[in-house]
Amino acid sequence: MRFVDEYREPELVTRAAEEIRRLADPGRHYRLMEVCGGHTHAIYRFGLKDILPENIELIHGPGCPVCVLPMGRIDDGLAIGERENVIFAAFGDMMRVPGARGSPLERKASGMDVRIVYSPTDALKLARMHPDRHVMFFAIGFETTAPSTALTLKRARDEGITNFSVFCNHVTIIPAIRAILDSPDMRIDAFIGPGHVSTVIGCRPYEWIARVEGRPIVVSGFEPVDMLQSIVMLLRQLRSGTATVENQYTRVVPWEGNRAALAAMAEVFELRPFFEWRGLGFISQSALRIRDAYAAWDAERVFAIPGVRVTDPKAAQCGEVLKGVLKPHQCKLFGRECTPERPVGALMVSSEGSCAAYYNYEHRKTAAARVAQPVGA
Amino acid sequence: MCLAIPGQIVELLDDARLVAVVEVVGVRRRVDLGLLEDDPPGPGDWVLIHVGFAMSRISEAEAAEQMRMLAILGEADAAYEEARGYGLEA
Repeated sequence: MRFVDEYREPELVTRAAEEIRRLADPGRHYRLMEVCGGHTHAIYRFGLKDILPENIELIHGPGCPVCVLPMGRIDDGLAIGERENVIFAAFGDMMRVPGARGSPLERKASGMDVRIVYSPTDALKLARMHPDRHVMFFAIGFETTAPSTALTLKRARDEGITNFSVFCNHVTIIPAIRAILDSPDMRIDAFIGPGHVSTVIGCRPYEWIARVEGRPIVVSGFEPVDMLQSIVMLLRQLRSGTATVENQYTRVVPWEGNRAALAAMAEVFELRPFFEWRGLGFISQSALRIRDAYAAWDAERVFAIPGVRVTDPKAAQCGEVLKGVLKPHQCKLFGRECTPERPVGALMVSSEGSCAAYYNYEHRKTAAARVAQPVGA
Repeated sequence: MCLAIPGQIVELLDDARLVAVVEVVGVRRRVDLGLLEDDPPGPGDWVLIHVGFAMSRISEAEAAEQMRMLAILGEADAAYEEARGYGLEA
Protein backbone atom coordinates (compact mmCIF):
# COMPACT_ATOMS: atom_id res chain seq x y z
CA MET A 1 0.00 0.00 0.00
CA ARG A 2 1.32 3.40 -0.97
CA PHE A 3 1.50 6.36 1.40
CA VAL A 4 0.19 4.20 4.20
CA ASP A 5 2.21 6.13 6.76
CA GLU A 6 0.29 9.28 5.86
CA TYR A 7 -3.14 7.88 6.52
CA ARG A 8 -5.04 9.14 9.47
CA GLU A 9 -6.10 6.12 11.51
CA PRO A 10 -4.29 3.54 9.36
CA GLU A 11 -6.00 0.68 11.22
CA LEU A 12 -9.38 2.06 10.12
CA VAL A 13 -8.13 2.26 6.54
CA THR A 14 -7.02 -1.37 6.69
CA ARG A 15 -10.30 -2.43 8.25
CA ALA A 16 -12.36 -0.56 5.63
CA ALA A 17 -10.26 -2.08 2.83
CA GLU A 18 -10.89 -5.57 4.25
CA GLU A 19 -14.59 -4.86 4.55
CA ILE A 20 -14.70 -3.72 0.91
CA ARG A 21 -13.08 -6.99 -0.19
CA ARG A 22 -15.59 -8.94 1.87
CA LEU A 23 -18.59 -7.04 0.48
CA ALA A 24 -17.60 -6.89 -3.19
CA ASP A 25 -19.07 -9.74 -5.19
CA PRO A 26 -16.14 -11.13 -7.24
CA GLY A 27 -18.51 -11.98 -10.08
CA ARG A 28 -19.65 -8.40 -10.44
CA HIS A 29 -18.02 -5.27 -11.85
CA TYR A 30 -18.80 -2.09 -9.90
CA ARG A 31 -18.74 1.35 -11.46
CA LEU A 32 -18.77 4.02 -8.76
CA MET A 33 -18.64 7.70 -9.70
CA GLU A 34 -17.03 10.27 -7.46
CA VAL A 35 -18.85 13.44 -8.46
CA CYS A 36 -16.42 15.93 -6.96
CA GLY A 37 -13.04 16.93 -8.41
CA GLY A 38 -11.59 17.23 -4.91
CA HIS A 39 -12.32 13.53 -4.42
CA THR A 40 -10.68 12.74 -7.78
CA HIS A 41 -7.53 14.52 -6.67
CA ALA A 42 -7.49 12.71 -3.31
CA ILE A 43 -8.13 9.30 -4.93
CA TYR A 44 -5.04 9.66 -7.11
CA ARG A 45 -2.93 11.23 -4.39
CA PHE A 46 -3.61 8.42 -1.93
CA GLY A 47 -3.42 5.68 -4.52
CA LEU A 48 -6.85 4.36 -3.52
CA LYS A 49 -7.02 2.35 -6.75
CA ASP A 50 -4.21 0.19 -5.38
CA ILE A 51 -6.26 -0.56 -2.26
CA LEU A 52 -9.52 -1.39 -4.01
CA PRO A 53 -10.23 -4.76 -5.59
CA GLU A 54 -9.94 -4.73 -9.38
CA ASN A 55 -13.66 -5.11 -9.94
CA ILE A 56 -14.34 -1.74 -8.31
CA GLU A 57 -13.87 0.96 -10.90
CA LEU A 58 -13.93 4.63 -9.92
CA ILE A 59 -15.34 6.89 -12.63
CA HIS A 60 -14.39 10.55 -12.33
CA GLY A 61 -17.37 12.85 -12.38
CA PRO A 62 -18.06 16.36 -13.65
CA GLY A 63 -17.35 18.18 -10.36
CA CYS A 64 -14.47 20.35 -11.50
CA PRO A 65 -15.85 23.80 -12.37
CA VAL A 66 -12.93 24.84 -14.53
CA CYS A 67 -13.08 21.58 -16.48
CA VAL A 68 -16.74 21.67 -17.46
CA LEU A 69 -16.72 25.28 -18.67
CA PRO A 70 -16.94 25.37 -22.47
CA MET A 71 -14.17 27.30 -24.16
CA GLY A 72 -16.62 29.78 -25.69
CA ARG A 73 -17.50 31.16 -22.25
CA ILE A 74 -13.84 31.92 -21.57
CA ASP A 75 -13.64 33.78 -24.88
CA ASP A 76 -16.87 35.64 -24.08
CA GLY A 77 -15.41 36.74 -20.74
CA LEU A 78 -12.13 37.76 -22.36
CA ALA A 79 -14.08 39.76 -24.96
CA ILE A 80 -15.37 41.90 -22.09
CA GLY A 81 -11.87 42.12 -20.67
CA GLU A 82 -10.68 43.51 -24.02
CA ARG A 83 -12.90 46.55 -23.68
CA GLU A 84 -11.33 49.82 -22.79
CA ASN A 85 -11.33 50.59 -19.10
CA VAL A 86 -12.31 47.09 -17.98
CA ILE A 87 -10.44 45.11 -15.33
CA PHE A 88 -10.87 41.35 -15.78
CA ALA A 89 -10.84 39.69 -12.33
CA ALA A 90 -10.90 35.93 -11.78
CA PHE A 91 -9.72 33.19 -9.45
CA GLY A 92 -6.20 31.88 -10.01
CA ASP A 93 -7.60 28.57 -11.34
CA MET A 94 -8.99 30.37 -14.38
CA MET A 95 -5.73 31.99 -15.37
CA ARG A 96 -4.21 29.16 -17.38
CA VAL A 97 -7.43 27.85 -18.89
CA PRO A 98 -7.02 28.11 -22.64
CA GLY A 99 -9.49 30.14 -24.69
CA ALA A 100 -9.47 30.06 -28.48
CA ARG A 101 -7.10 33.04 -28.50
CA GLY A 102 -5.10 32.29 -25.40
CA SER A 103 -5.64 32.00 -21.66
CA PRO A 104 -6.31 34.97 -19.36
CA LEU A 105 -2.66 34.81 -18.33
CA GLU A 106 -1.49 34.99 -21.94
CA ARG A 107 -3.87 37.87 -22.60
CA LYS A 108 -2.46 39.65 -19.55
CA ALA A 109 1.02 39.29 -21.02
CA SER A 110 -0.22 40.99 -24.17
CA GLY A 111 -1.62 43.94 -22.28
CA MET A 112 -5.08 43.08 -20.95
CA ASP A 113 -5.71 44.23 -17.37
CA VAL A 114 -6.18 40.81 -15.75
CA ARG A 115 -6.14 40.46 -11.95
CA ILE A 116 -6.16 37.35 -9.79
CA VAL A 117 -8.54 37.59 -6.86
CA TYR A 118 -9.03 35.00 -4.13
CA SER A 119 -12.52 36.10 -3.16
CA PRO A 120 -15.37 37.78 -5.06
CA THR A 121 -15.36 40.45 -2.33
CA ASP A 122 -11.84 41.33 -3.42
CA ALA A 123 -13.12 41.94 -6.96
CA LEU A 124 -15.67 44.30 -5.40
CA LYS A 125 -12.86 45.94 -3.45
CA LEU A 126 -10.99 46.50 -6.73
CA ALA A 127 -14.08 48.32 -8.00
CA ARG A 128 -14.05 50.56 -4.90
CA MET A 129 -10.33 51.24 -5.41
CA HIS A 130 -10.78 52.12 -9.11
CA PRO A 131 -13.99 54.13 -9.38
CA ASP A 132 -13.00 55.29 -12.88
CA ARG A 133 -12.69 51.72 -14.19
CA HIS A 134 -15.16 48.83 -14.55
CA VAL A 135 -14.32 45.60 -12.74
CA MET A 136 -15.79 42.43 -14.22
CA PHE A 137 -15.58 39.34 -12.04
CA PHE A 138 -15.51 36.07 -13.98
CA ALA A 139 -17.51 33.85 -11.63
CA ILE A 140 -17.20 30.07 -11.76
CA GLY A 141 -18.04 27.24 -9.41
CA PHE A 142 -20.77 24.95 -8.14
CA GLU A 143 -23.00 25.60 -5.14
CA THR A 144 -19.92 25.77 -2.94
CA THR A 145 -18.90 29.06 -4.51
CA ALA A 146 -22.15 30.54 -5.85
CA PRO A 147 -23.40 31.80 -2.42
CA SER A 148 -20.23 33.91 -2.02
CA THR A 149 -20.83 35.53 -5.41
CA ALA A 150 -24.47 36.10 -4.42
CA LEU A 151 -23.54 37.86 -1.17
CA THR A 152 -20.96 39.96 -3.03
CA LEU A 153 -23.64 41.09 -5.50
CA LYS A 154 -25.94 41.96 -2.60
CA ARG A 155 -23.17 44.07 -1.05
CA ALA A 156 -22.55 45.81 -4.42
CA ARG A 157 -26.22 46.71 -4.64
CA ASP A 158 -26.46 47.80 -0.99
CA GLU A 159 -23.45 50.06 -1.41
CA GLY A 160 -24.59 51.32 -4.82
CA ILE A 161 -21.33 50.35 -6.52
CA THR A 162 -22.00 50.74 -10.23
CA ASN A 163 -18.60 50.01 -11.78
CA PHE A 164 -18.76 46.31 -10.93
CA SER A 165 -20.31 43.35 -12.72
CA VAL A 166 -20.30 39.57 -12.60
CA PHE A 167 -19.98 37.30 -15.64
CA CYS A 168 -21.89 34.40 -14.16
CA ASN A 169 -20.79 30.86 -14.99
CA HIS A 170 -22.08 29.19 -11.85
CA VAL A 171 -23.39 25.69 -12.42
CA THR A 172 -25.44 23.29 -10.34
CA ILE A 173 -24.49 19.71 -9.64
CA ILE A 174 -27.85 17.90 -9.66
CA PRO A 175 -28.68 18.40 -13.38
CA ALA A 176 -25.18 17.20 -14.29
CA ILE A 177 -25.75 13.98 -12.35
CA ARG A 178 -29.11 13.63 -14.11
CA ALA A 179 -27.43 14.08 -17.51
CA ILE A 180 -24.92 11.38 -16.61
CA LEU A 181 -27.67 8.99 -15.58
CA ASP A 182 -29.57 9.75 -18.81
CA SER A 183 -26.51 9.16 -20.98
CA PRO A 184 -26.74 5.72 -22.64
CA ASP A 185 -22.97 5.13 -22.69
CA MET A 186 -22.55 5.62 -18.94
CA ARG A 187 -23.61 2.91 -16.60
CA ILE A 188 -22.99 4.02 -13.01
CA ASP A 189 -23.94 1.74 -10.11
CA ALA A 190 -23.62 4.25 -7.28
CA PHE A 191 -22.28 7.69 -6.41
CA ILE A 192 -19.78 9.10 -3.95
CA GLY A 193 -21.50 12.44 -3.27
CA PRO A 194 -19.61 15.73 -3.14
CA GLY A 195 -18.49 17.03 0.27
CA HIS A 196 -18.32 20.80 0.15
CA VAL A 197 -21.21 21.32 -2.30
CA SER A 198 -23.32 19.40 0.20
CA THR A 199 -22.46 21.78 3.05
CA VAL A 200 -24.59 24.24 1.05
CA ILE A 201 -27.32 22.11 -0.58
CA GLY A 202 -27.49 19.41 2.10
CA CYS A 203 -28.45 15.82 1.30
CA ARG A 204 -32.11 16.11 0.31
CA PRO A 205 -31.49 17.15 -3.33
CA TYR A 206 -29.93 13.72 -3.92
CA GLU A 207 -33.00 11.78 -2.84
CA TRP A 208 -34.36 11.29 -6.40
CA ILE A 209 -31.10 9.55 -7.34
CA ALA A 210 -31.92 6.86 -4.80
CA ARG A 211 -35.71 6.84 -5.06
CA VAL A 212 -36.27 7.35 -8.78
CA GLU A 213 -33.04 6.09 -10.30
CA GLY A 214 -32.43 3.37 -7.73
CA ARG A 215 -28.77 4.33 -7.25
CA PRO A 216 -27.19 4.56 -3.79
CA ILE A 217 -25.33 7.78 -2.99
CA VAL A 218 -23.11 8.54 0.01
CA VAL A 219 -21.93 12.10 0.71
CA SER A 220 -18.28 11.68 1.61
CA GLY A 221 -15.35 13.41 3.29
CA PHE A 222 -11.98 13.67 1.59
CA GLU A 223 -9.68 11.60 3.77
CA PRO A 224 -8.81 8.12 2.48
CA VAL A 225 -10.65 6.61 5.44
CA ASP A 226 -13.71 8.74 4.58
CA MET A 227 -13.79 7.61 0.98
CA LEU A 228 -13.20 3.95 1.85
CA GLN A 229 -15.96 4.06 4.46
CA SER A 230 -18.24 5.65 1.87
CA ILE A 231 -17.45 2.81 -0.54
CA VAL A 232 -18.27 0.31 2.26
CA MET A 233 -21.63 2.05 2.73
CA LEU A 234 -22.32 1.95 -1.02
CA LEU A 235 -21.40 -1.73 -1.29
CA ARG A 236 -23.66 -2.61 1.65
CA GLN A 237 -26.54 -0.93 -0.13
CA LEU A 238 -25.75 -2.56 -3.47
CA ARG A 239 -25.49 -5.93 -1.78
CA SER A 240 -28.81 -5.63 -0.03
CA GLY A 241 -30.47 -4.17 -3.11
CA THR A 242 -31.44 -0.91 -1.40
CA ALA A 243 -30.87 2.63 -2.61
CA THR A 244 -30.81 5.52 -0.15
CA VAL A 245 -28.92 8.75 0.49
CA GLU A 246 -26.42 8.46 3.32
CA ASN A 247 -24.13 11.04 4.85
CA GLN A 248 -20.65 9.85 5.78
CA TYR A 249 -19.36 13.44 6.23
CA THR A 250 -21.65 14.42 9.11
CA ARG A 251 -18.85 16.30 10.86
CA VAL A 252 -19.09 19.00 8.18
CA VAL A 253 -22.28 18.41 6.15
CA PRO A 254 -25.67 19.10 7.77
CA TRP A 255 -28.55 17.10 6.24
CA GLU A 256 -30.51 20.27 5.52
CA GLY A 257 -27.57 22.24 4.11
CA ASN A 258 -26.93 25.93 4.78
CA ARG A 259 -30.15 27.95 4.82
CA ALA A 260 -28.46 31.37 4.65
CA ALA A 261 -26.35 30.33 1.66
CA LEU A 262 -29.37 28.90 -0.19
CA ALA A 263 -31.39 32.05 0.56
CA ALA A 264 -28.63 34.32 -0.80
CA MET A 265 -28.45 32.23 -3.98
CA ALA A 266 -32.22 32.25 -4.41
CA GLU A 267 -32.37 36.02 -4.02
CA VAL A 268 -29.69 36.81 -6.57
CA PHE A 269 -29.77 33.94 -9.07
CA GLU A 270 -32.32 32.06 -11.13
CA LEU A 271 -31.91 28.96 -13.29
CA ARG A 272 -30.93 29.38 -16.92
CA PRO A 273 -33.18 27.45 -19.30
CA PHE A 274 -30.07 25.62 -20.49
CA PHE A 275 -26.28 25.86 -20.36
CA GLU A 276 -23.52 24.15 -22.27
CA TRP A 277 -21.15 21.86 -20.39
CA ARG A 278 -17.92 20.65 -21.84
CA GLY A 279 -18.29 16.96 -22.60
CA LEU A 280 -21.92 16.74 -21.53
CA GLY A 281 -23.40 19.21 -24.04
CA PHE A 282 -26.41 21.40 -23.32
CA ILE A 283 -28.15 20.54 -20.04
CA SER A 284 -31.45 22.18 -19.19
CA GLN A 285 -31.69 24.19 -15.96
CA SER A 286 -28.13 23.36 -15.05
CA ALA A 287 -26.67 26.80 -14.45
CA LEU A 288 -27.41 30.06 -12.72
CA ARG A 289 -27.95 33.51 -14.16
CA ILE A 290 -28.43 36.83 -12.42
CA ARG A 291 -32.00 37.90 -11.66
CA ASP A 292 -33.54 41.07 -13.16
CA ALA A 293 -33.27 42.86 -9.80
CA TYR A 294 -29.49 42.64 -10.20
CA ALA A 295 -29.37 43.27 -13.97
CA ALA A 296 -27.20 46.37 -13.48
CA TRP A 297 -24.44 44.09 -12.16
CA ASP A 298 -24.87 41.34 -14.77
CA ALA A 299 -21.96 41.52 -17.22
CA GLU A 300 -24.05 39.70 -19.82
CA ARG A 301 -26.50 42.60 -19.81
CA VAL A 302 -24.08 45.45 -19.15
CA PHE A 303 -21.98 44.39 -22.14
CA ALA A 304 -22.86 42.80 -25.45
CA ILE A 305 -21.57 39.24 -25.25
CA PRO A 306 -20.40 37.71 -28.53
CA GLY A 307 -21.89 34.33 -27.53
CA VAL A 308 -18.90 32.45 -28.85
CA ARG A 309 -19.16 28.72 -29.44
CA VAL A 310 -15.82 27.07 -29.87
CA THR A 311 -15.29 23.39 -30.35
CA ASP A 312 -12.47 21.83 -28.35
CA PRO A 313 -9.18 21.28 -30.14
CA LYS A 314 -9.90 18.39 -32.51
CA ALA A 315 -7.48 15.83 -31.19
CA ALA A 316 -8.31 16.52 -27.53
CA GLN A 317 -10.84 14.10 -26.06
CA CYS A 318 -11.82 16.10 -22.98
CA GLY A 319 -15.48 15.26 -23.47
CA GLU A 320 -14.95 11.50 -23.43
CA VAL A 321 -12.67 11.75 -20.40
CA LEU A 322 -15.18 13.97 -18.58
CA LYS A 323 -17.91 11.41 -19.18
CA GLY A 324 -15.64 8.63 -17.98
CA VAL A 325 -15.82 6.87 -21.36
CA LEU A 326 -12.04 7.25 -21.74
CA LYS A 327 -9.40 7.19 -19.03
CA PRO A 328 -7.13 10.28 -19.08
CA HIS A 329 -4.13 8.42 -20.53
CA GLN A 330 -6.27 7.06 -23.38
CA CYS A 331 -6.61 10.55 -24.87
CA LYS A 332 -4.35 10.98 -27.89
CA LEU A 333 -2.78 14.17 -26.52
CA PHE A 334 -2.25 13.01 -22.94
CA GLY A 335 1.29 13.54 -21.68
CA ARG A 336 2.53 14.60 -25.11
CA GLU A 337 0.90 17.74 -26.52
CA CYS A 338 -1.16 18.19 -23.33
CA THR A 339 0.63 18.41 -19.94
CA PRO A 340 0.02 20.41 -16.76
CA GLU A 341 2.80 22.77 -17.88
CA ARG A 342 1.22 23.30 -21.33
CA PRO A 343 -2.43 22.31 -21.04
CA VAL A 344 -4.53 21.96 -24.20
CA GLY A 345 -7.72 21.04 -22.35
CA ALA A 346 -9.06 22.32 -19.05
CA LEU A 347 -8.89 18.89 -17.37
CA MET A 348 -5.13 19.28 -17.40
CA VAL A 349 -5.24 22.73 -15.75
CA SER A 350 -6.94 22.28 -12.41
CA SER A 351 -5.57 19.98 -9.71
CA GLU A 352 -9.15 18.69 -9.53
CA GLY A 353 -9.18 17.81 -13.21
CA SER A 354 -8.83 14.08 -13.75
CA CYS A 355 -6.09 14.52 -16.39
CA ALA A 356 -3.89 16.66 -14.13
CA ALA A 357 -4.47 14.29 -11.20
CA TYR A 358 -3.67 11.25 -13.34
CA TYR A 359 -0.60 12.97 -14.80
CA ASN A 360 0.79 14.14 -11.47
CA TYR A 361 0.46 10.81 -9.71
CA GLU A 362 -0.11 7.81 -12.01
CA HIS A 363 1.76 8.96 -15.11
CA ARG A 364 4.85 10.10 -13.23
CA LYS A 365 4.85 6.91 -11.19
CA THR A 366 4.66 4.74 -14.32
CA ALA A 367 7.33 6.81 -16.03
CA ALA A 368 9.60 6.46 -12.99
CA ALA A 369 8.99 2.70 -12.88
CA ARG A 370 9.87 2.44 -16.56
CA VAL A 371 13.17 4.23 -15.98
CA ALA A 372 13.92 2.11 -12.92
CA GLN A 373 13.32 -1.15 -14.78
CA PRO A 374 16.50 -2.95 -15.86
CA VAL A 375 17.00 -3.33 -19.60
CA GLY A 376 15.35 -6.44 -20.98
CA ALA A 377 13.11 -6.89 -17.93
CA MET B 1 -10.82 25.62 -6.82
CA CYS B 2 -12.80 24.05 -4.02
CA LEU B 3 -10.11 24.66 -1.42
CA ALA B 4 -11.60 24.71 2.05
CA ILE B 5 -9.15 26.33 4.42
CA PRO B 6 -9.53 26.10 8.19
CA GLY B 7 -9.26 29.27 10.25
CA GLN B 8 -9.86 30.44 13.82
CA ILE B 9 -11.90 33.53 14.55
CA VAL B 10 -9.91 36.18 16.41
CA GLU B 11 -12.34 39.04 16.56
CA LEU B 12 -15.70 40.12 15.18
CA LEU B 13 -15.46 43.43 13.36
CA ASP B 14 -18.66 45.20 12.47
CA ASP B 15 -21.90 45.71 14.39
CA ALA B 16 -23.80 43.31 12.22
CA ARG B 17 -21.03 40.85 13.08
CA LEU B 18 -20.79 39.65 9.52
CA VAL B 19 -17.08 40.25 9.14
CA ALA B 20 -14.38 38.82 11.34
CA VAL B 21 -10.64 38.80 11.64
CA VAL B 22 -9.66 35.18 11.24
CA GLU B 23 -6.29 33.56 11.63
CA VAL B 24 -5.86 31.43 8.53
CA VAL B 25 -2.70 29.36 8.04
CA GLY B 26 -0.69 31.82 10.09
CA VAL B 27 -1.98 35.10 8.66
CA ARG B 28 -4.79 37.31 9.92
CA ARG B 29 -7.36 38.19 7.33
CA ARG B 30 -10.87 39.57 7.08
CA VAL B 31 -13.33 36.79 6.43
CA ASP B 32 -17.00 37.21 5.60
CA LEU B 33 -19.37 35.43 8.00
CA GLY B 34 -22.51 36.25 6.00
CA LEU B 35 -23.17 32.61 5.12
CA LEU B 36 -23.22 31.60 8.80
CA GLU B 37 -25.71 34.25 9.93
CA ASP B 38 -28.12 31.61 11.27
CA ASP B 39 -25.58 30.37 13.77
CA PRO B 40 -22.81 32.97 13.90
CA PRO B 41 -19.48 31.81 15.28
CA GLY B 42 -17.58 33.81 17.87
CA PRO B 43 -13.96 34.42 18.83
CA GLY B 44 -12.07 31.16 19.29
CA ASP B 45 -14.40 29.17 17.01
CA TRP B 46 -13.02 27.32 13.99
CA VAL B 47 -14.51 27.64 10.51
CA LEU B 48 -13.88 26.26 7.03
CA ILE B 49 -13.21 29.12 4.61
CA HIS B 50 -13.84 29.06 0.88
CA VAL B 51 -13.09 32.07 -1.37
CA GLY B 52 -13.03 34.44 1.59
CA PHE B 53 -16.31 33.27 3.15
CA ALA B 54 -16.74 31.06 6.19
CA MET B 55 -18.74 28.06 4.94
CA SER B 56 -19.21 25.95 8.04
CA ARG B 57 -18.23 25.69 11.67
CA ILE B 58 -15.89 22.85 12.49
CA SER B 59 -14.11 21.46 15.52
CA GLU B 60 -10.48 22.25 16.27
CA ALA B 61 -9.57 18.61 15.60
CA GLU B 62 -11.31 18.75 12.21
CA ALA B 63 -9.42 21.97 11.43
CA ALA B 64 -6.10 20.26 12.16
CA GLU B 65 -7.07 17.28 9.97
CA GLN B 66 -8.12 19.57 7.14
CA MET B 67 -4.79 21.39 7.27
CA ARG B 68 -2.97 18.08 7.19
CA MET B 69 -5.04 16.98 4.19
CA LEU B 70 -4.19 20.17 2.32
CA ALA B 71 -0.51 19.55 2.99
CA ILE B 72 -0.69 15.94 1.80
CA LEU B 73 -2.61 16.94 -1.32
CA GLY B 74 0.12 19.47 -2.11
CA GLU B 75 -2.31 22.31 -1.65
CA ALA B 76 -0.91 23.89 1.50
CA ASP B 77 1.00 26.47 -0.55
CA ALA B 78 -2.11 27.26 -2.56
CA ALA B 79 -4.06 27.64 0.69
CA TYR B 80 -1.39 29.94 2.08
CA GLU B 81 -1.36 31.98 -1.12
CA GLU B 82 -5.15 32.19 -1.12
CA ALA B 83 -5.31 33.26 2.54
CA ARG B 84 -2.60 35.84 1.98
CA GLY B 85 -4.47 37.08 -1.04
CA TYR B 86 -7.71 37.83 0.84
CA GLY B 87 -8.08 41.58 1.13
CA LEU B 88 -5.69 42.22 -1.76
CA GLU B 89 -2.94 42.87 0.74
CA ALA B 90 -0.42 40.40 -0.58
